[in-house]
Amino acid sequence: MKRKAWAGAAVSLALVACGGNEAPPRSAGESAGGRAVSTAEKQPAPGRNRGYAHDPFPSTYRPYPGVPTLVRNVTIYDGEGGRIERGSVLFANGKVVALGQSLDAPAGATVIDGTGKWVTPGIIDIHSHLGDYPTPSVQAHSDGNEATDPVTADVWAEHSVWPQDPGFGRALVNGGVTALQILPGSANLFGGRSVVLKNVYARTVQGMKFPGAPYGLKMACGENPKRVYGGRTRRPATRMGNIAVDRATWARAAKYRRDWDNFEANGGKAPDRDIAMDTLRGVLAGEISVQNHCYRADEMAIVLDMAREFGYKVTAFHHAVEAYKIADLLKASNTCAAVWADWYGFKMESYDGIGENLALLHKAGACVTIHSDDENGIQRLNQEVAKALASGRRAGIDVPDAQAWTWLSYGPAKALGIADRTGSLRPGKMADVVLWNGDPFSVYTRPDKVWVDGALLYDASDPKRRPLSDFELGQPGRDPGVALGDVK
Amino acid sequence: MRTSFAALLASVALAGTTLACTSPATAQTVAITGGTVALGDGSAPIPNGTVVFANGRVVAAGAGTAVPAGATVIDARGKWVTPGLVTGPNDLGLLDADGVAESNDVSARTSPFSAGIDVAAVINPLSVAIGNERLGGVTRALVSPGAAGSIFGGQGAVIDLGNDPDPVTRARAFQFVELGEVGGRLAGGSRPAAHAALRDALVQAQDYRRDPAAFDGRTRDALVKRADAQGLLDVIDGKVPLLVHVERASDIRAVLALPRTYPRLKLVLVGATEGWMVAREIAAARVPVIAAALADLPASFEQVGATESNVGLLTRAGVVTGISTIGANDAPGEHVVKQYAGNLVAITRVPGAVGLEWGQAFAAITSRPAEALGMASEIGSLRPGRRADVVIWNGDPLELSSAPEAVWIDGRAQPTRSRQTRLRDRYRTPTEGALPKAYEY
Repeated sequence: MKRKAWAGAAVSLALVACGGNEAPPRSAGESAGGRAVSTAEKQPAPGRNRGYAHDPFPSTYRPYPGVPTLVRNVTIYDGEGGRIERGSVLFANGKVVALGQSLDAPAGATVIDGTGKWVTPGIIDIHSHLGDYPTPSVQAHSDGNEATDPVTADVWAEHSVWPQDPGFGRALVNGGVTALQILPGSANLFGGRSVVLKNVYARTVQGMKFPGAPYGLKMACGENPKRVYGGRTRRPATRMGNIAVDRATWARAAKYRRDWDNFEANGGKAPDRDIAMDTLRGVLAGEISVQNHCYRADEMAIVLDMAREFGYKVTAFHHAVEAYKIADLLKASNTCAAVWADWYGFKMESYDGIGENLALLHKAGACVTIHSDDENGIQRLNQEVAKALASGRRAGIDVPDAQAWTWLSYGPAKALGIADRTGSLRPGKMADVVLWNGDPFSVYTRPDKVWVDGALLYDASDPKRRPLSDFELGQPGRDPGVALGDVK
Repeated sequence: MRTSFAALLASVALAGTTLACTSPATAQTVAITGGTVALGDGSAPIPNGTVVFANGRVVAAGAGTAVPAGATVIDARGKWVTPGLVTGPNDLGLLDADGVAESNDVSARTSPFSAGIDVAAVINPLSVAIGNERLGGVTRALVSPGAAGSIFGGQGAVIDLGNDPDPVTRARAFQFVELGEVGGRLAGGSRPAAHAALRDALVQAQDYRRDPAAFDGRTRDALVKRADAQGLLDVIDGKVPLLVHVERASDIRAVLALPRTYPRLKLVLVGATEGWMVAREIAAARVPVIAAALADLPASFEQVGATESNVGLLTRAGVVTGISTIGANDAPGEHVVKQYAGNLVAITRVPGAVGLEWGQAFAAITSRPAEALGMASEIGSLRPGRRADVVIWNGDPLELSSAPEAVWIDGRAQPTRSRQTRLRDRYRTPTEGALPKAYEY
């Protein structure tokens, strides 16, 4: 009856091993130093970050065409805390052009009367396993945890993502989700790289990748790693074992970074390539963010000290059900908490979860965002925030609705390093926009239309303007127009 | 006598601080006036209604209900008054944290017993989740054992979430069995094996009835123990409903055929994600459903027909349909069924989708689950004679901003604090004061 996002952890032994250390660099031709084999020959200095390819699986996403669109007479949350009543938003050429009280429609623009409706930036889910734990959730699809070693910084979530996951479509249509971070699972201390996607179906994962989005490194503390590996009588079997393996790994990463920095600056003998260490070097260089699964307050505090010891930054603690206990520490380290609204009590380290977590963190001035970690929850993140808002208000913490929208788009965008391009309706940003058929913090509200980069990709009143994944094609009740409005 | 709402809350809060909470004046007549009253029976909400209860039972509820002389009157203007939520099948009182195996009594993979397992004796009414969910407006639950060692979970109980030592409303209220993918796995690897296991167990139960002395129910290898056989006889005789977890349309059809062999069987389908595809057959068989509320993903190959319109279509076909957290991640707790119900109203505004009117949606989390178990005359609505499980909400109970302000179970006022509110209050300011946090309570 109960399902958990980490449920696959204990059983998901990957059938195909990922031979990280042997993998040749794909773009070695860029520079002599990119060769995996160490040679005695003196090589010229390739230059900073040019020793090996940093983007070997580049995004091929291209925005779909849209038409200049003006939505009028709507309540607007701009995503950065602003609210406009009976306002207008104009977007064209894939970008937000303007928002204001009243705007003129350029020639040829589609004009939508949004009376009684709301416009917001598209929702960004900072914690999803769509694609790497896709539905149907059969064992053959259990691709989120490379649970063969506690340190798998060499795996990349994008190499597991199935672009045909029906969940992407549900998140768009029911949830108004326009971008999302896909993370490896939490079985491992170093789970691997995340990938940020535009929520637009493509034949390949590269076709979904958010252009230029920084990578994240998934880390995990607490019960999961020690349970998965302790159960096999190997490290880590305890929380102290977790941190010991973490620190030993960071110490290796520091040396790897020094060796490669030195080689790239001065040439000489190229250091041996290590795909896992590439990722950790990227973290130490500030190129890759740390997205750290962690529930308990005391463990988060230890991780923050470890990050200081090795000179990296924890961008966000995910799940963080006890973040409210250390809101001051999180604020001081400028670390976000990405949390559920009200999940609690499903495991020991979630026992102290409370519905006021978001509101208490917000009140303390800490960075906080909602997240789903769930293929159903991602369809209702606006509702999750509504519940968290209400819990806060009952506790006397009155966060305005428009402020709370920062938990859904601008906050996650900042934590993903894409806030300069999306996450709010600032002119010039990507036109990732949702028109809701009412107050998005009401349970009775659903998306009416969703645009990604200005392209209309969902329209509730058009049975053909909604995605249908390959898997669903020809399945019972699936085809639009044949059966049901929410059937995709 | 007129008690102000605030004073009432204060007295309830006081009761909550003493864990005993010994039946405060259950004989007293209470009248809640001026609120929007939802009866829970499927009818639309009634503005400015009155709810009267006494001796632990509802006396009357609705518009124009007279306030009896001597009643304690509670002014609920601007608020909503409803029956408490009825949720399940779930595991309330069977565990303290799902992932903490030591605390978890939901299933027994290596037990020699199956259908004879009975949860009633071990429900812990003081488990933290019960206190938390009570504050979320849940007053009754269908507590089910999970199947792990065989296709049978065993016998579930209907409980109340009251702050008292006696949680069981009805022991052995249902038998739980898995007959889909999970059932196939538990039976040794296939659905046919699950059906063989079910048929054999029912036949053996009848063997036991015919000649108990000759029944081989005590040996180590016996597939059906005596306790299991007795549990199954109650099912065959229709004394105890059989809750069958199935999702696929073809599996549902197979289950609907069982009464041809066992005509007194009282079936209830649980999950039934593809129920809409066989809605007319389910309705014709008069089999109620406790559905996965919003399951709209092909989570497995037995759910490829999943749609949010499932509950609406089943209801439209005339099937008594309640909703539950089954199939969803129930980590947030059982009170989320009200959010699910609200979503079923929301989709009535999505072109092409089929949802529920408000009254039907609220019934799906109150009277419908009760009706599915044949207990609608006892719980799940504010119709006269029902147990007085009453909640005053600060607004529309299906709305995300709404929460209970006062809860009665069997007419007894319930605490307004929980372990969660205590944690919240301790960490309103996260930093320590003059003493460590451990001294703040």
